[in-house]
Amino acid sequence: MSEHAIALTLNGQRRDAVVEARTSLADYLRLDAGCTGVHLGCEHGVCGACTVMVDGRAVRSCLMLAVQADGSTVTTVEGLAAPDGTFHPVQQAMREAHGLQCGFCTPGVLMTFAALTGGEAKASEDSLVSAMSGHICRCTGYQGIRRAAKALAEGTVGAGGAE
Amino acid sequence: MNAPNSNLGATRWIGKRVPRKEDPRLLTGRGQFVDDVTLPGMLHVAFARSPIARGRIVSIDTQVARELPGVHAVLTMADLAARPIKLLSFFFTEAEVPITPLADGHVSYAGEPVVLVAAETRAQAEDAASLVEIEYEELDPVVTIAQAKVAAPIHPGVDSNVAAEIGDEEVEDELEDKLAGSALRLSHRIVHQRISQSPMETRGVLASRDGPEELTLRITCQSPHLVARWVSLALGLPDTAIRVIAKDVGGSFGLKNHPWKEESAVIVAALLMGKPLKWIEDRYEALTASNQAREAEMTLQAGFDAQGRLTGSHGIYDCNNGAFPQGADSNIAVHMFVWAAYRVPAYAFVSRGWYTNTNGLAAYRGPWAMESLVRETMLDRAARQLGIDPIEIRRRNLVYLKDQPMVTSMGIPLDDITPGECLEKLLDHFDMAAFRREQAAARAEGRYLGVGIASYVEPTGSAGSMAPMTGELAQVRIEPTGKVTATLSTHSQGHGTATTMAQCIADRLGVRYEDVTVFEGDSTRGGFSPGAAGSRQGVIAGGAAIRCSEMLADKVRTLAAHLLNASVESVVIDEGTVRVEGAPEMARPLAEIAAIAYGEPDRLPPGFESGLEMQFRYQPPPMTFTSATHLAVVEVDAETGFVKILRWISSEDCGTVINPAVVEGQISGGLAQAIGMVLLEEMPYDARGNPQAATFKDYMLPSISDVPTFEFVHANTPSKSIGGMRGVGEGGAIIGPPTLVNAIADALTPFGELGDVVLPLTPARILDVIEQRDVSGFYAPEPVKVEAAVAEPVAAAPEPVAEAPAVPSAGPEGDWNMVLKTPMGPQAMVAHFDIEGTALSGYLSAPEGRQDFAGGTVEGNRLRFDLKVEKPMKITLKYDLEIGGDSITGKCKMGMFGSAKVTGERA
Ligand code: FES
Ligand code: FES
Repeated sequence: MSEHAIALTLNGQRRDAVVEARTSLADYLRLDAGCTGVHLGCEHGVCGACTVMVDGRAVRSCLMLAVQADGSTVTTVEGLAAPDGTFHPVQQAMREAHGLQCGFCTPGVLMTFAALTGGEAKASEDSLVSAMSGHICRCTGYQGIRRAAKALAEGTVGAGGAE
Repeated sequence: MNAPNSNLGATRWIGKRVPRKEDPRLLTGRGQFVDDVTLPGMLHVAFARSPIARGRIVSIDTQVARELPGVHAVLTMADLAARPIKLLSFFFTEAEVPITPLADGHVSYAGEPVVLVAAETRAQAEDAASLVEIEYEELDPVVTIAQAKVAAPIHPGVDSNVAAEIGDEEVEDELEDKLAGSALRLSHRIVHQRISQSPMETRGVLASRDGPEELTLRITCQSPHLVARWVSLALGLPDTAIRVIAKDVGGSFGLKNHPWKEESAVIVAALLMGKPLKWIEDRYEALTASNQAREAEMTLQAGFDAQGRLTGSHGIYDCNNGAFPQGADSNIAVHMFVWAAYRVPAYAFVSRGWYTNTNGLAAYRGPWAMESLVRETMLDRAARQLGIDPIEIRRRNLVYLKDQPMVTSMGIPLDDITPGECLEKLLDHFDMAAFRREQAAARAEGRYLGVGIASYVEPTGSAGSMAPMTGELAQVRIEPTGKVTATLSTHSQGHGTATTMAQCIADRLGVRYEDVTVFEGDSTRGGFSPGAAGSRQGVIAGGAAIRCSEMLADKVRTLAAHLLNASVESVVIDEGTVRVEGAPEMARPLAEIAAIAYGEPDRLPPGFESGLEMQFRYQPPPMTFTSATHLAVVEVDAETGFVKILRWISSEDCGTVINPAVVEGQISGGLAQAIGMVLLEEMPYDARGNPQAATFKDYMLPSISDVPTFEFVHANTPSKSIGGMRGVGEGGAIIGPPTLVNAIADALTPFGELGDVVLPLTPARILDVIEQRDVSGFYAPEPVKVEAAVAEPVAAAPEPVAEAPAVPSAGPEGDWNMVLKTPMGPQAMVAHFDIEGTALSGYLSAPEGRQDFAGGTVEGNRLRFDLKVEKPMKITLKYDLEIGGDSITGKCKMGMFGSAKVTGERA
């Protein structure tokens, strides 16, 4: 089994690591980097629980190898809130909307929301909801996730928009 | 409801949509699921599993696997046998067939674990498991219920594939007369597919032996207390030596009630090896090798008079138990509740669970839900045949508040159910006449809209009738800082019990919700309860938290009255401040009173226990009913057979609502699962017993685009339990399926009757109705399927032959070892018979005690006697037994529970 040296920026900090070629980005993040907020619901790319941001884009970390992340900037759910603990708007939206129950699918949902609402372009409610069709939640029936999408699109997070 | 405490503070927390306590850690990736925990020296487990559904293990060669780097152990059942463990049911009863953690000599379902590998990394463990060589002698599997009925027993030592049975096949004369004399006699059948519970977090356990007889388990489960008790009984270790921790759990829905084969194998291996072992199921294993649920068939017959009033009913239920069910089950609850909300003069039934070479049966949200599905879809079918509106047929048969108190035909007392009121309330929010006009106009354009309604009641908060279904414990403490901490018997797999229980406590103690912290998720905290089982936590633990907080508030008021020289009646606690009515200057922060209670014993009233802590275990009424009526509007695309859900209204009565967001979240989650069951989800098996859905591409869970926005109408009739709550955990999954099926059937009426229902209603099955032909291929005659499924015809089970006594046996007198197959599992006992002429007396004795009887009769080989029992409720057991040489067989009629099989041998 070949081993490879990689370097990446993870949640704002540079990390160097040696990984086996077969190690997925998800396993690297969970087992080596301690980011246990990255959840594995299927390990075959369907459930979306493992979603992280790689260079600003939402990526299923179970389908990407750690070696492929060499040189990139990776953000996980642990890196969303501000250093002082203030929630990122997507976290705030999900909290206000009662968008989670067990919380297992939640990190992935947050990262997709964050990737789609982070840039300049304003994501529409429809585009956020259709992006959510790539996330399986077995608990909530998606009611709160839908409300969070609406509040994010309408910019009403924090103003009771998601409640 | 209990009289409101007149000294309650002004701020109400019960009924508020407060943000959840659980969310901050889960939103920041700081949740702690079992796979997030790593212990020093921990090894990872993977299993080598059976690739065939049935066969004999000829040989196991582990040599190559053991030599792989990083591998510490490769264990078979022969190795695990050094530390015996008994796999028990949810009711803590032993199974009729031996269930071992790893396969012992033969395999009984595809995916059964055969060899356990422990290695330094998961990858090494999986690599090694794939190198274990196991040779099998394959046998023809029994896969379906239809096959199980005619095949020889799959398990050695049992007389048939019937895992559990109750009730009577024949419709008794009186009921038959009622049905025969009805204006409409309808027989309606549902075939329910097999479901994979599919919590997003798969099963997993981390077992560590912390001392010679000390065990710590981190396990994804529904109650750390229940797991601790189960493991204690299964291993014969004292409770105190076991600690079970489950901080965050990623959903369960019945699957993770208690450990099963894999978890037991890991526990035993960890005890034997003395090293922490972790096993995390992957999704492939979760879908193909975990326990599953629901595969069942039910035929319900009912008679109606010309006005659509029910005259009588009979139900036949069969359920696939798989090879090793988590408790052999013929699902008595299906029959107890099928007509619980309706006025039906008489109901009788027969119910059977069948062993097959498939994954074992486990619970899934509303395990008895078939009753609502078959009843509500039948009522709509009857309404169409009688030319009555579906709303009217319900109005004529449902139990309204004005009809109560009453007792159902199955003996269930009702005094406060409101399904009819929920129906009326729902109709205030939906203009049915306008919808019918819209539907007619749409049909003229070739668009097919349909509306479905369904009503039901759900037994919740059950306590006292079965070993695990106890009351709930609350321990509430005002810390010396004035902050409040509580330990409860609750457990959340997403339920948010730390939130709702904190609301109950804040409300009754007079403190801020933000100042209450609830600790759960550890068997060393709080006391025993089964956790999330049977929609009980809001009802029972909520009642416990309320009463306990009231008791603690009284203690604070007693102390404050003493310190402030005021009367107890004048002291009020509000928002964490202790006030004396009419004397605002005497207000003190709760923290000040608390500091005195702990630290200044001299200032306490005489006889006052120092500190501010209280505990209360609430034993609620045996059962609390939740009622609901739901309505869905759909459009069926006649070209493609696709169903789009346009609207869904839930009108439910769950009594006092602690947190509307949590209640609606529970209902919504259940409804999404209902939509999955009706339209998408299915775990099919091929003819060789291989589960066919191995990924989430094959096992289709509902996504956001399949689930509409739900609308809620709450009726709030307080229950008789403390606080007035009614359970709401399972309802959506019970009432959702018939609501949706009825809407689809209504949309399809221009094409014909949907008729008997085979789930899921895939586009192909819907096109069967639209195009009036067999597109899906499902309706092909059953015998063809059976023959295709089994390579060689399976020998029929031998007819039980009355044994002619070879040696002249003794008479019935003396001791017999008997087994009564009750709905809660087989019950072993010793029967003793004394005979004088034709008079029979004697006793039955079981570990729980001995009961004498007299006044029985003997006629030849036939013994009949009655026994009155108090548990689980007051009923008379009527035994009717037949002696054949040294064996005894027969039936025991158990009142509303129907009859159960008795077998036994001379002791
Ligand atoms: S774990 Fe990556 S998509 Fe499911
Ligand atoms: S909250 Fe449990 S899976 Fe989404």
